[in-house]
Amino acid sequence: MLSRTADHLYWMARYTERAENLARMLDVNCRMTLLRQEEDVVRRRWTSTLATVGQLEPFLAARGTVSQSAAIDWISFERSNPGSIEQCLDRARENAHAVRGTLTSETWETLNSTWLEIRGFRRDTVSAQALANFFEWVKFRSHLARGVIQGTMLHDDALDFTWLGTYLERADNTARILDARFEMLAEDAANSDDAGDYYEWSALLRSVSAFEIYRKVYRDLITPRRVAELLILRESMPRALRHCMSRVHQVLVKVANDRSTETLRRAGEIDASLQYGRIDDMLATGLRRYLSHFLSRTGDLGTRIASDFLVSDATG
Amino acid sequence: MNEIFNEMYADGDTVRTHYSPYSDWLAATAPDRIREKLVEADALFRRAGITFAVYGDETGTERLIPFDIVPRIIPAAEWEFLQRGLRQRVTALNAFLHDVYHDQEILRAGRIPAEQVLCNVQYRPEMQGIDVPMDVYAHIAGIDLVRAGAGEYYVLEDNLRVPSGVSYMLEDRKAMMRLFPELFARYNVAPVEHYPDLLLETLRSVAPAGVRDPTVVLLTPGAHNSAYFEHAFLAQQMGIELVEGQDLFVDDEIVYMRTTQGPRRVDVIYRRIDDDFIDPLAFRPDSMLGVPGLLTAYRAGRVTISNAVGTGIADDKSTYPYVPEMIRFYLGEEPVLANVPTWILRRPEDLAYVLGHLDELVVKEVHGAGGYGMLIGPRASRAEIEEFRTRIVADPARYIAQPTLALSSCPTFVDSGLAPRHVDLRPFVLSGRDVVMVPGGLTRVALREGSLVVNSSQGGGTKDTWILAC
Repeated sequence: MLSRTADHLYWMARYTERAENLARMLDVNCRMTLLRQEEDVVRRRWTSTLATVGQLEPFLAARGTVSQSAAIDWISFERSNPGSIEQCLDRARENAHAVRGTLTSETWETLNSTWLEIRGFRRDTVSAQALANFFEWVKFRSHLARGVIQGTMLHDDALDFTWLGTYLERADNTARILDARFEMLAEDAANSDDAGDYYEWSALLRSVSAFEIYRKVYRDLITPRRVAELLILRESMPRALRHCMSRVHQVLVKVANDRSTETLRRAGEIDASLQYGRIDDMLATGLRRYLSHFLSRTGDLGTRIASDFLVSDATG
Repeated sequence: MNEIFNEMYADGDTVRTHYSPYSDWLAATAPDRIREKLVEADALFRRAGITFAVYGDETGTERLIPFDIVPRIIPAAEWEFLQRGLRQRVTALNAFLHDVYHDQEILRAGRIPAEQVLCNVQYRPEMQGIDVPMDVYAHIAGIDLVRAGAGEYYVLEDNLRVPSGVSYMLEDRKAMMRLFPELFARYNVAPVEHYPDLLLETLRSVAPAGVRDPTVVLLTPGAHNSAYFEHAFLAQQMGIELVEGQDLFVDDEIVYMRTTQGPRRVDVIYRRIDDDFIDPLAFRPDSMLGVPGLLTAYRAGRVTISNAVGTGIADDKSTYPYVPEMIRFYLGEEPVLANVPTWILRRPEDLAYVLGHLDELVVKEVHGAGGYGMLIGPRASRAEIEEFRTRIVADPARYIAQPTLALSSCPTFVDSGLAPRHVDLRPFVLSGRDVVMVPGGLTRVALREGSLVVNSSQGGGTKDTWILAC
């Protein structure tokens, strides 16, 4: 397929997935602040969230101080913020538009409707209920997009590059969510009680749709070690790093070309390290250090995928 | 030509036979239901993103081309006649293109003034002596037909460069079948849905000689082009790659596209980009849309460009008056379809007449398109007429003039209800190994009361066109 087409599909999928994960993060934060109202905790939480999604600096430049409503508005609707949910959905649609001939009409119509409908959400009338509905809507539009893609698209390389974008983005996002939460918890560890901890961990699990899964898998108390294990190493957990990277690796095997050998090797290396890795070793070296290393490796993979497949030089 | 022919009513209230089942259905259908259907149609087109971008509109908004739910119905016998005429006309136009770029017999025979062709900017010297597969240049032709007072058809213009609109023909049909399935039970409407198959077959048939399983691509200027929807639609329907200039490159006179698996050879390019932009090395050096070296590959016969480079010389408005002559010259036949009588302002006697009757005539710039650069005498102000007069006198050869045709009208839903609006018809004629067309075309309708301008860029809408099967 055309490199440019693959590029658009890959980014269409990444932006769709990113919008969903942003909504997940915001949703959980909003719920948590219903529980704990101390102002500095709330501010610290939102500061950490903005940092997690790499938007703290532009936010401070544009808005000055961190507040819950400003952070939500910035991440959800701000048009001048290329990383806002609104802009992610806009870019997903723009990329889809550029390759609408490659998509099934259902897929195109789904992304186009999402783009049309987001204008219906009024940013100035944000009650807690309306916000919850908005986040829910974003998540379900993403579920719908994935379902329509899965259910209607031909299983060829167009689909491969779409999944490549989806899983690489998801791996990145899950790692960031984990990283942010472990940072908060580490700092709180000294003065937090068990009940607070419980809600923090369950919120984290809920943000990646893993709360019920946790119960089902462990049938036991929520502990940081198990949460980390579930979200990093569990193959059957669809938002776990291992699950995502195993899919990325599989797709790269399928679409391999004569330039992608090194990229494939690196993806295989990450995949194997997750497959054979032990959570105790990761905790011993420091989870946050592990996650930041992981993020730099997936970042590198993204760059390599772009140069091997998506933007060809003059002679192809 | 002052009488207006109404497609649905013979005189006053008498419904023409082929419209009577529709008229009965309309009478039996509650107006509210029609209103609902109009809203539904709008949602249908919007969700599918069947839009066009408007040039000069800063906000970059995408607009729907208004779709009208009253079909344009044409009886079988009438279509038979039109089809015969279209086939004849397009065959002659292709023969003319081949002749002009080879021996120029028609010029030597004095049937068309040589300077009229050779000094025209649409004549491409690069094409002189170049052979194209099957000697066909205009693989896709959109011929604009209008009906005047007594219901007689005229060819208003030939579109042989990158004619557009066929996607609306197909989407309009899809919408009508979805909105009003019961109407299709009352009528035996000839299908148009196989157009993409015919188009692909045509394009494959004109691949360079010796290519067994040709790779066809559709070259678009990109997602911001006003007709992008159509480009994507056709590429998808034909199952071919939709490429932009940056996706193609030429190496040693062979055209390749860049794919995730490396370069892949391209044999036929259905381009939706004007000649001027296809190759920055040969034409406009500032073009970012084209492919450097494409013309060299083309001239070497390694790739087919469709439509061929240089077809503009045959659909130029200054060439138009000579098309009946081409039919006689190349085919030895009398034209089936009439031209609109045309004054050629490079002729002094025509010029004198036209300058004396500007308030009655339509004056068109010969290189204009899309309804721009045109004077409609009876609707123009004194000042507009005088301004045009100055422009004509300064360069008469740039203009032609025609009588103001009373375009036929067809009932159309407007805000106040059902009202007659002027329509034209653009059938699409495909020429490759054979000359083929689907029964029908795009009916465009001028939605403003009394307006004769059907172009989508100027407030035109579309209707489904029903050719009745015999």
